[in-house]
Amino acid sequence: MAQLTSSDGYLSGSNLERVLRAGHFAVTAELGPPQSADAEVIRRKAALLRGFCDAVNITDNQTAIVRMSSIGAGAILAREGLEPVIQVTCRDRNRLAIQSDLLGAYALGIRNVLCLTGDHQTFGNHPEAKNVFDLDSVQLIQMVKTLRDERTFQCGEPLRGTEPRFFIGAAESPFADPVEFRPYRLAKKIKAGANFIQTQLVFDVAAFELFMEKVRSLGLHQQAYILAGVGPLKSPAMAKYMKENVPGILIPDELIQKLEEAGKPWAGKSKDELTKEEKKARSEAWKQKGIEICVELIQRIMQIEGVAGVHIMAIEWEEAVEPIVKGAGLYPRPVVEPLPA
Amino acid sequence: MIIAEQKPFEEIKRSIAPAHKVLVVGCGTCVTVCFAGGAREAAILAASLRMAFKLNGDPKEITEVTVQRQCEWEYLDAVAEQVGKAEVVLSLGCGVGVQAIAERFPRTWVVPGLNTSFLGMPAEQGVWVERCAACGDCILGLTAGICPIARCSKSLLNGPCGGSQDGHCEVNADIPCGWQLIYDRLKALGKVEMLYEIRPPKNWRASRDGGPRKIVRPDLRLIEEE
Repeated sequence: MAQLTSSDGYLSGSNLERVLRAGHFAVTAELGPPQSADAEVIRRKAALLRGFCDAVNITDNQTAIVRMSSIGAGAILAREGLEPVIQVTCRDRNRLAIQSDLLGAYALGIRNVLCLTGDHQTFGNHPEAKNVFDLDSVQLIQMVKTLRDERTFQCGEPLRGTEPRFFIGAAESPFADPVEFRPYRLAKKIKAGANFIQTQLVFDVAAFELFMEKVRSLGLHQQAYILAGVGPLKSPAMAKYMKENVPGILIPDELIQKLEEAGKPWAGKSKDELTKEEKKARSEAWKQKGIEICVELIQRIMQIEGVAGVHIMAIEWEEAVEPIVKGAGLYPRPVVEPLPA
Repeated sequence: MIIAEQKPFEEIKRSIAPAHKVLVVGCGTCVTVCFAGGAREAAILAASLRMAFKLNGDPKEITEVTVQRQCEWEYLDAVAEQVGKAEVVLSLGCGVGVQAIAERFPRTWVVPGLNTSFLGMPAEQGVWVERCAACGDCILGLTAGICPIARCSKSLLNGPCGGSQDGHCEVNADIPCGWQLIYDRLKALGKVEMLYEIRPPKNWRASRDGGPRKIVRPDLRLIEEE
């Protein structure tokens, strides 16, 4: 990939970049910071993910709910020996604040950034807030690249001293509308400077194959590493809710039926008729099936040409990452050495 | 045009409660067209307030007058005498009208009777929709005549985001996705490749972010006497 690299031949030298450059099928996971200042939560979740992924995304006030900052949580994660991918949204910060945060994040040792537009603030717990959206995600990617490759601030002034060298990520939602435009929007993000892509959750592999076909025909898989988003479903109700309510998520009925079948021993009884133990057992059966389904999805996605890895989103269910990664045959994770100087 | 709607009756009542002589000032332009603050609305509101205060045992002298444009001095000057007699002016103009009254009549207490909502148009009878954000740097030529600043909930220049589904915005199923509209229209016009180009960050200085704005046209100014 024609990019300006630093002296060691890498854009950022992050573990994620090295794993992908070495040609391994990458695994990233996700960690949601707490709605508190409790560093212990990060350490506890880090322990669940350690060894099972190449890097961990830290969400940035996801769904517009105030949480510990992605950079703060990312710095704690890095101290725990895991590699963070800090998510940065355009909702809460303008170009000044974002650049300042990027300098700080790099100085703290963070090497991967995922550039997002951000969920609208009306979804979250401060719906009366003023939003920013000074930049959009495409412009944000460009700004991070300009800081790295041109050592220039967004305003055009030169950056003197150490420039932040990030491995730049972007998201794409293959099934959001207008569907036929999505590969082209992905192309825009790659043209803007995205080095890796993490997609919205994929449950419909056939639909994703069509998306990837278009991606390949545009040659995008050769210009950026594409990681397919996957995640375990917790229950049939969760699956139905996501299918109905979350834009860009397609869940085939067949998967929902599989989950329902897993709960069959307890079917026919209303919620009130089940004992606490029975409810727990049913929930465990669903979760087990959810993990199984996720493993199968990964195995099918791995066969698709141009997919460089998976991004496992098991937010508030980090325990699921280990059985998923092991089940998919992606354990142990590769240990990559830096390129020879 | 400017679209506004009347404030809740109770809020209006509270805002004029301390005064005895009240002048309701309607405006004959935008807010007349959107049925918020024209002569008819001024008359109805004045009558409703008279009745409400009378029932409360606090009868007030509430009169109304409507000017052609509250945002121009010459029309305000025509009602200076009535304004001068009022203890409070309840303006049914947009925010510009309220401020024009405040500026023209320094000793007059003025309160707003409307919430000025947006720059828009009637989509159908009784329905008004926002169309322009007055950003000061029009890009409608790049977006098939549909404004992403006003009509995308996130004002994206390289949309749509991942929240677009079935033609509507993630914020609310009642909001059409501005970028879906742009995409559809560009496609229909055979110009969809315009969207492949990356639009750079916007210069928001031309918008409100540069501070209060002002336009000076030397060609139109009256020559000042030496």
